[in-house]
Amino acid sequence: MLYDLIVFLPLVGFLIAGLVGNQIGARPSEIVTTSLLGLACVLAWIGFVQVGLGQTDHAFVVPVANWFTSGKMAAAWALRIDTLTVVMLVVVTTVSFLVHLYSIGYMHEDPSRPRFFAYLSMFTFAMLTLVTADNLVQMFFGWEGVGLASYLLIGFWYERPAANAAAIKAFVVNRVGDFGFALGIFLVFALTGSVSFDAVFGAAPNLAGKTIHVFGGNFDALTVACLLLFMGAMGKSAQFLLHTWLPDAMEGPTPVSALIHAATMVTAGVFMVARLSPLFEFAPVALSVVTIVGATTAFFAATVGLVQNDIKRVVAYSTCSQLGYMFVGLGVGGYSLGIFHLFTHAFFKALLFLGAGSVIHAMHHEQDMRNMGGLRKEIPFTFWMMVIGTLALTGVGVPFTGIGFAGFVSKDAIIEAAFASNRPGAVYAFLCVVVAAGFTAFYSWRLIFMTFFGERHWSGPVPEYKEGEAGEVAGATAGHSGGAGHSHAPEEHGDPSHGHAAHESPMVMLIPLAVLALGSVLAGVAFRYLFIGGGYEGFWKDALFLAQNNHILENMERAPWLVSASPTLAMLIGVAIAYYMYIVAPEAPRRLAESNPILYRFLLNKWYFDELYDLIFVRPAFWIGRLFWRGGDGFVIDGFGPDGVSARVLDVTRNVVRLQSGYVYHYAFAMLIGVAALATWYLFGGIR
Amino acid sequence: MTVGLSHYLTLAALLFTIGVAGIVINRKNIIVILMSIELILLSVNINLVAFSTAFDDLTGQVFALFILTVAAAEAAIGLAILVAYYRNRGSIAVEDINALKG
Amino acid sequence: MQADAIFFWIFSTVLILSALAVILARNPVHSVLFLILSFVCAAGLFLLVGAEFLAMILIVVYVGAVAVLFLFVVMMLDVDFAELRQGFLQYLPIGGIIAIFVAFELGYVAVGWSRSPAAAAAASPPAPVSNTAALGRVLYTQYFFYFQGAGLILLTAMIGAIVLTLRHRVVKRQRISEQVARNPATAVELRKVPSRVGI
Repeated sequence: MLYDLIVFLPLVGFLIAGLVGNQIGARPSEIVTTSLLGLACVLAWIGFVQVGLGQTDHAFVVPVANWFTSGKMAAAWALRIDTLTVVMLVVVTTVSFLVHLYSIGYMHEDPSRPRFFAYLSMFTFAMLTLVTADNLVQMFFGWEGVGLASYLLIGFWYERPAANAAAIKAFVVNRVGDFGFALGIFLVFALTGSVSFDAVFGAAPNLAGKTIHVFGGNFDALTVACLLLFMGAMGKSAQFLLHTWLPDAMEGPTPVSALIHAATMVTAGVFMVARLSPLFEFAPVALSVVTIVGATTAFFAATVGLVQNDIKRVVAYSTCSQLGYMFVGLGVGGYSLGIFHLFTHAFFKALLFLGAGSVIHAMHHEQDMRNMGGLRKEIPFTFWMMVIGTLALTGVGVPFTGIGFAGFVSKDAIIEAAFASNRPGAVYAFLCVVVAAGFTAFYSWRLIFMTFFGERHWSGPVPEYKEGEAGEVAGATAGHSGGAGHSHAPEEHGDPSHGHAAHESPMVMLIPLAVLALGSVLAGVAFRYLFIGGGYEGFWKDALFLAQNNHILENMERAPWLVSASPTLAMLIGVAIAYYMYIVAPEAPRRLAESNPILYRFLLNKWYFDELYDLIFVRPAFWIGRLFWRGGDGFVIDGFGPDGVSARVLDVTRNVVRLQSGYVYHYAFAMLIGVAALATWYLFGGIR
Repeated sequence: MTVGLSHYLTLAALLFTIGVAGIVINRKNIIVILMSIELILLSVNINLVAFSTAFDDLTGQVFALFILTVAAAEAAIGLAILVAYYRNRGSIAVEDINALKG
Repeated sequence: MQADAIFFWIFSTVLILSALAVILARNPVHSVLFLILSFVCAAGLFLLVGAEFLAMILIVVYVGAVAVLFLFVVMMLDVDFAELRQGFLQYLPIGGIIAIFVAFELGYVAVGWSRSPAAAAAASPPAPVSNTAALGRVLYTQYFFYFQGAGLILLTAMIGAIVLTLRHRVVKRQRISEQVARNPATAVELRKVPSRVGI
């Protein structure tokens, strides 16, 4: 019952806000959806305590309804509850609730609030269905549901062509991954005869050495299946090669970015690999691929994030990079490491996004960091929240102990595990993640320095004149909250010389920041024991499967001290460089960019992936589409079909009409011809 | 030479052809068409009378008499229509009569 | 050559030539006159074969009524002298083919026809009466209904012609009874006329 409520309360919220939202009004829609989610959040924590810290030995299934039975394949709606599920439930409902709360303030002036909150709740429902799925098909339903919600939310301001394009791009790139996922499901069904997790996991050990003949060769069956399934994860989690949609997804409102593209939807891929650990453990090749792809993503995204100027894009690339870390953790066999990092990352990444949203809100929708600066005194609370988030992200803590901010605990664990693993690709992964840690520190502090320190690149009254400007400031805030004076193209780059004072966000936006900051500080130390420490067995029980030869969690404890210290060292180097370039010598970045223009542009243009894909995929696709449309559809089908038939009919009639001249003597002539024919017929045939 | 049945028949055939040609190649006015019809009927009459004489059967002449009657009636009606048409259109040139044009 | 042969040739030649003239003449009045000539020649031919009643009827009805009617209409309508050969050549090919076909068939029939035995057996020897009387004997007995039918046709034609062409004109008429019934009370009015002013 508890779990039914957790999953279906957001659905109720969606239905209410979606169906009658416009009738009941925006404020009631907000309150209903947020409250329902708050309730679900509380229930999820209760479930977490019950299952994670309780006595149940293994996963139990809460049936909901029958879905379909077709031949050998049967799929039912059921909730599979084990530790992995409740961890995800907690993450999803907590972040979703906080985002709902935050959105009440952030979307305050938007005219379509009921729709927004409906979509948020629908997304939450789909995500919860995904994490509680008991079979692959139900998971796929949730998978597609979150994809749909992502599309709707990225394109929320649908009057903007950039938002529409970004939404379509997200959906299509996801689709490529989903195609792999679907093929993987088909293959799993072909191999095991079922899509239900219990049956598949039970059959997995027996499939360990089997090969199948596919794509013209014989390959290990489970490896192929896992690779296909991982392709889905690549798409959903924006890994290298299928990452192009994530930065563009920043066209959506900031709460959407925080919820979907930081904490929940993009982590669905990580969750999926962890959930399917019984399969992946028997496909070491697939795990190596996961490691390599994850490491490459971590490195690649970090390099691109070094030079971005849009505050949201920096955080987006940071997300992409951290997802790579999670996959590295999964790929070396430490599924709990990946999930732990997912857990902590949800807190500080959501914090960073919501904080960035607060900055944008304060700057009246200015997003370019080059137009910010010196905001420390204007919005101090947001500043401190962002600092906490950055400390968590960059992994600040005391080396050799488990004490530090959240990211320190989880990220360093992954780095140690990458070193300790002896799988193929682990060395490459280790190098990538260490370097990426340095880059992460650099760009995270670059963001802080450019936004909150330094000289202002925006105009507005200086805060010392608060007394005299009280009227204007008050008037500005009043006008702002009333929404009257603003032309609304939200999230567009505002006019930097706006003339309004930068002001702090309302309480409803600051409380979520505070809660998330608390999590960013404490989640690491509080949960380390359970997730990856000595309490592993008692906490996870049988949610994550480890093969006989998987001792990564023990091995990583024995890593050399240099390895344990390396992330901290990299982080300090990164901070130092950022401090130098943005506080001490603000001219240095520009000089560096000018002296290395090719490299700078290469990074700024995201390694030219968008242009590459446009050339390889988009243009040929459009060309083929045009070919089929004009050539196939237009010329062949229409030409030989309705248009062609009607044109020929017109041609024929035009010629036949010439016979009907209206002249009597023509008709008499025709009669004469007829008579002659008749006479001929009767003379030489016919009647005798 | 003796003028036999075949001569009359040939004559009637020629007259028939001339009448039909008059309808078809006529480009002047409707009256010529009506007159060509009279020629055709005349040729048929000659044919009938010739056969009647050849076979000593009065049926041919009786039929020819009826054809005469009908031809007269038809000529009258035709000319009445022509007059009515002329009153409405003002012209009986064949080229102008193409209201049936589709 | 015998006389009737000579007359036959004369009549038939003139008939053909005047028929050609009917369709080729430019002046429509000339066409009508040539039509009359055709009818007269035909009547002559009928006389040659001994159908004198029919010949006279041809003159009376065709020439005297139908052709005169044509003449009336031609003179009543504003008929123009028209060019002759316009578009003639356009139809010559297909017209020629059709003509050849028709001529061939006519020839085929003309050469290969034969009388059916039933008709030959049914023919009775002619009675020694004039053509007119013979026709009368047959017309009012055997072909009586067709005779009445022909009468009805003529009646219909007459009605039709009147309906098509009658134009109601307002015609002034006398109504004698009204004229006789006039009285001063309604016909005369007394007015007082002031002098030097008038009505």
